[in-house]
Amino acid sequence: MKRALAIGRGLAFPAAAIVLCQIAAMVSHLQSDTLASPAAALVAGAHAFADGSILLATVQTLANAFGGLALGGCIGLILGILLGSSTTADRLMEFSVEALRPIPSVALIPVAMLIYGFGYRMEIAIVAFASFWPVLILSRNAVAGVDAALFDVARVLRLPPLARTIKIVLPAALPRIFVAFRLAAGIALTVAVTVEVSTNPLGLGYGMMLAEQSLHPELMLAYLLWIGIIGWGLNFAIVNAQRRLFGRSANVRTAT
Amino acid sequence: MNARIGWRLASVAVGGLFIVAWQLVASAHIVSPVYLPGPDRTWNALVRGFATGTLLAQLLQTVQRMLVGWLLASLAGIVLGACIGLSRPARAYLGPTLEFLRPLPASAVIPLGIAFFGLSDGMVLGVIAFGALWPTLLATVHGFAAVEPCLYEVSRALGMSRLAVIWKIALPSSLPDILGGMRLSLTVSLILAVVGEMLASRTGLGSGILVAARTFHAPDLYAGVVLLGGLGYITAQGLFALEARLLRWRAVR
Repeated sequence: MKRALAIGRGLAFPAAAIVLCQIAAMVSHLQSDTLASPAAALVAGAHAFADGSILLATVQTLANAFGGLALGGCIGLILGILLGSSTTADRLMEFSVEALRPIPSVALIPVAMLIYGFGYRMEIAIVAFASFWPVLILSRNAVAGVDAALFDVARVLRLPPLARTIKIVLPAALPRIFVAFRLAAGIALTVAVTVEVSTNPLGLGYGMMLAEQSLHPELMLAYLLWIGIIGWGLNFAIVNAQRRLFGRSANVRTAT
Repeated sequence: MNARIGWRLASVAVGGLFIVAWQLVASAHIVSPVYLPGPDRTWNALVRGFATGTLLAQLLQTVQRMLVGWLLASLAGIVLGACIGLSRPARAYLGPTLEFLRPLPASAVIPLGIAFFGLSDGMVLGVIAFGALWPTLLATVHGFAAVEPCLYEVSRALGMSRLAVIWKIALPSSLPDILGGMRLSLTVSLILAVVGEMLASRTGLGSGILVAARTFHAPDLYAGVVLLGGLGYITAQGLFALEARLLRWRAVR
């Protein structure tokens, strides 16, 4: 009951805003190339679903986001485990990480464009760069934070380094590594949409730009709403998975 | 302390080794020089760009855009965040909407900005300000909502006015959260400044590197990327220094 009340309160503001916009649009007999009423946006969205265009764009964007996340995340995870388990390597790489990390991912758009042209490869490369860093830093911290007693156990069991990493370090650091991938997934989606809005003719970002340029504000707004739902849904799904898989052990501070 | 400096020097040397490796790969033409100019040609492009003044002009434009947009976003974020964070009903009614908007990619508002403002400076600035608003806004709401309730009781016992409570208790107590949000906002500002310049073809590093790539001037492109990395590094370090100064009182506990 309390939960229902909270949800109702949360929905009250957006619902009121949408109704007000609709009324304003109807009263002013809105005829515009930049704005559209909420109802028109809903109709345009329904059409885009019916002809499959928005679904295709969603698949393209998610393929790029997850492709890049898988690539960048795996490299980041491997390097993160390496830096986390060896203080020497971590100290030696300190400067290089500091120098490369602040490069904004969008600065690589022209570089990837030059090398790959437009398409999936270019976008996946940029998303991979963007999701590499949070996974690297957070998994390094996660591995470095593994209880030292566990390393003693590994020594007593005479585990070789690889077995130690797979059987002891990874399971202990897994909740925090999952958090790293959760953050990186959000970044991956953001970067994918950004690349599509700015240059790459694929996916949701491009669909939105196309709708804007062809003076279909109702379709543009439908895309915007859908991108919002995708972003929220992705986050919701991962947070729920995290709770189910790790319970309280996943409640760690994510600040780096 | 000496060991620290030693390690630092060693890590810089490792960075130097990476640059040497880059030079070797480029000189040996393992990768076509069209895609990968060596550090020597990149450095020459940097020097030439600053000598002719084009690179400096682009850099200043980008810095200006990023900082103005960031300051606007921070100001709006802190004021709005304080209003929402201080009032329980506002949090109950607006909180879920903010949570819905939080994961929305900031660049998704760019087409909206273009529809309203056209391909203008105002559009770029508006998009930066709007996109960079959320991290600071959400952090401020969280900071103000998480103020120790005892402090409010103390303020009531002292008969402080509402404004004094905000200024002397709520704001300092939520400052760590706010600064954390502002740091994220700064990163978002730089990204949106670059993307905005690319789309609106405004003078700046973003459009500069895009033109360099389209005309196959790879050294100019890499020089711009290096400069953007430097810009990201310096602004982040500057904010860290500011944070350390503002939060000095926290270390003494």
